[in-house]
Amino acid sequence: MTDAPLTRDDKRAAKRAARFENPWRSPKLAWGAGLLLSVVALGILGRLFWDLEAVFTGANMLKIPPIGFENLRGQSGTFANPLGTDGAGRDMLALLIIGAPNTLFVGLMASLIGMSVGIVLGFTAGFVGGRTDDTIRVLSDVMITIPPLLILVVVQSVFGDVSLTLMALLIAGFVWQSPTRLIRAQVLSMREAGYVQMARLSGASTPHIMFKEMLPNLVPYLFGSFIASVTTSIVTAVGLEVLGLGPQRVPTLGRIIYEAINAGALIQNLWWWWGLPTLLLAVMFIGLLLVNLGLDEVSNPRLRKL
Amino acid sequence: MAGIPASYIKNRLITLVLTILIAATLIWIIPRLSPVDPAEIALGRMAAGAGSVADSDEILAQLRASMGIDQPLAIQYLRYIGNVLVFDFGISTASFPTPVSALIAQALPWTLGLMILSLLITFLIGNALGAFMAWDRTPKLARVAIPAAMVFTSIPPILSGLLLMWIFAAKLRWFPLTGSYGLTVEPGWDWAFISSVISHGTLPALSIVIVTFGFWALGMRGLMITVQGEDYVKLAEAKGLRPRYILYKYMIRNAILPQITAFALKIGLLVAGQVLVERIFAYNGMGKLLYDAILNQDFPVIQGVSFVIILLTALSVFIVDLIYPLIDPRIRHDTGAT
Repeated sequence: MTDAPLTRDDKRAAKRAARFENPWRSPKLAWGAGLLLSVVALGILGRLFWDLEAVFTGANMLKIPPIGFENLRGQSGTFANPLGTDGAGRDMLALLIIGAPNTLFVGLMASLIGMSVGIVLGFTAGFVGGRTDDTIRVLSDVMITIPPLLILVVVQSVFGDVSLTLMALLIAGFVWQSPTRLIRAQVLSMREAGYVQMARLSGASTPHIMFKEMLPNLVPYLFGSFIASVTTSIVTAVGLEVLGLGPQRVPTLGRIIYEAINAGALIQNLWWWWGLPTLLLAVMFIGLLLVNLGLDEVSNPRLRKL
Repeated sequence: MAGIPASYIKNRLITLVLTILIAATLIWIIPRLSPVDPAEIALGRMAAGAGSVADSDEILAQLRASMGIDQPLAIQYLRYIGNVLVFDFGISTASFPTPVSALIAQALPWTLGLMILSLLITFLIGNALGAFMAWDRTPKLARVAIPAAMVFTSIPPILSGLLLMWIFAAKLRWFPLTGSYGLTVEPGWDWAFISSVISHGTLPALSIVIVTFGFWALGMRGLMITVQGEDYVKLAEAKGLRPRYILYKYMIRNAILPQITAFALKIGLLVAGQVLVERIFAYNGMGKLLYDAILNQDFPVIQGVSFVIILLTALSVFIVDLIYPLIDPRIRHDTGAT
């Protein structure tokens, strides 16, 4: 999957060796980043070149299929709606252009906040130790077993409509535990490392040791943990949306799927309605996975062989 | 239990109790932060049913008394915790006189059955594939094909569920579209019912299996690669043991251990994923109960379902944590974590 078919074995071997030396050049990372960027590009280019009013006004015919297909009523796709329309006559392309970046935004924002909290707590726990460490450790142990979706279902069913930002904030409350645990464990093992002892002996301040000496070594782990929590956040956000919660007035991929299922799109063979958002989500998740695998190879050289 | 220090069990037990307490408290606090008065919702429902309600103030006061929300918050909270411990979540507002616990008792076996089945299948398939991916005697074709299948790992089961549903239920009509057994079958221990349950359960289980086995396979591959470098494997090879024997008795046995911890951490996400799968397949489990409750604004049911699922998750993590030192005697207990 990762290797392009090359004719010369030695050329291939050289490429592998180069990749082994510099894991940041791995094709997994490149492909993963490419997939994620294509979603971002869809959002940016779409905003520039496509009429997005079609998201709010269902002025088109209902349930029109994408170009080149025919629906059960025998209508075929038109250029006005290249990806078809949904059950309310909204343009699918416009929905995706707005919905996909929204979904990605929630994931990134929630994880950024969660990561920042995780870094602070993880370092504090690992460095300060004692009571503080115990409290943080128990708290993250406890929170890690609570599925975010279920608490958020309670939150959102009580408060009804939420904004994208609020949803991201709510999800962030459930993605700080893994980074906290990871960083704490790393800090504990690093604290005794030679170069940290050295820095301490030469009178460096604690913040200096934390952020100048230790943090750079954690970068690959942090990236990996960040990508993992983006995935968790998006899964949670989509889950809430598919249950009919989450933002009600802004299109998101999960909400499009929710509307499609409720309208019986599966049985009516309106595959583009639920299928296109599903496809975009799949592209995002595969992109995130590939980036994560690539980063794993950066931090664990033993994995670099496939 | 023999061999496990009491301090380790105590630690895990504290975590378990705290998890349950925090979850219960969160579920209790959240609705109270909202300006909506549940008594007014209930009254609105009555009014919608009856056309109009006389003496609404009096009825509101009565409803508040029956819901216990006329009491001070501290008393409400203590009473709530006491009730939750005996699985008393009150009465469903949507299907009125039915207690929430009865609804949950109906839904729970379906969810548990589906979950245990799909978890076992994925754990076995995933770890076997992961082990073979890392083994140097696996045919090349398999070593290329397995990673390709791994791409599905990252997709949440709800998406694979939609796809499977469309292909096998809507298009090919091999399996029923929704439900957990046929409308025409009476529940009972006869073949008609069991076969109906199997055919209704196949797609939901499959949609979970195809997106989760990759997680185990990937983890297993990494662990196997680490184990391959260990001295005891080298020694076993030098002794001339059969490669297959080394694979099963030396490598897989050691590599699988951390996977069990990963399992404990993953349970929460898996459960959430399954809730959604049940929702799209309208499978009679907790997921559908939750979704219907959200639609009907049925807070007692939402709270009850969330709490029971969190409780199950916490309990399974606790059990895995307790079993783990028995499987791997090398583990040190004093650290408590990981």
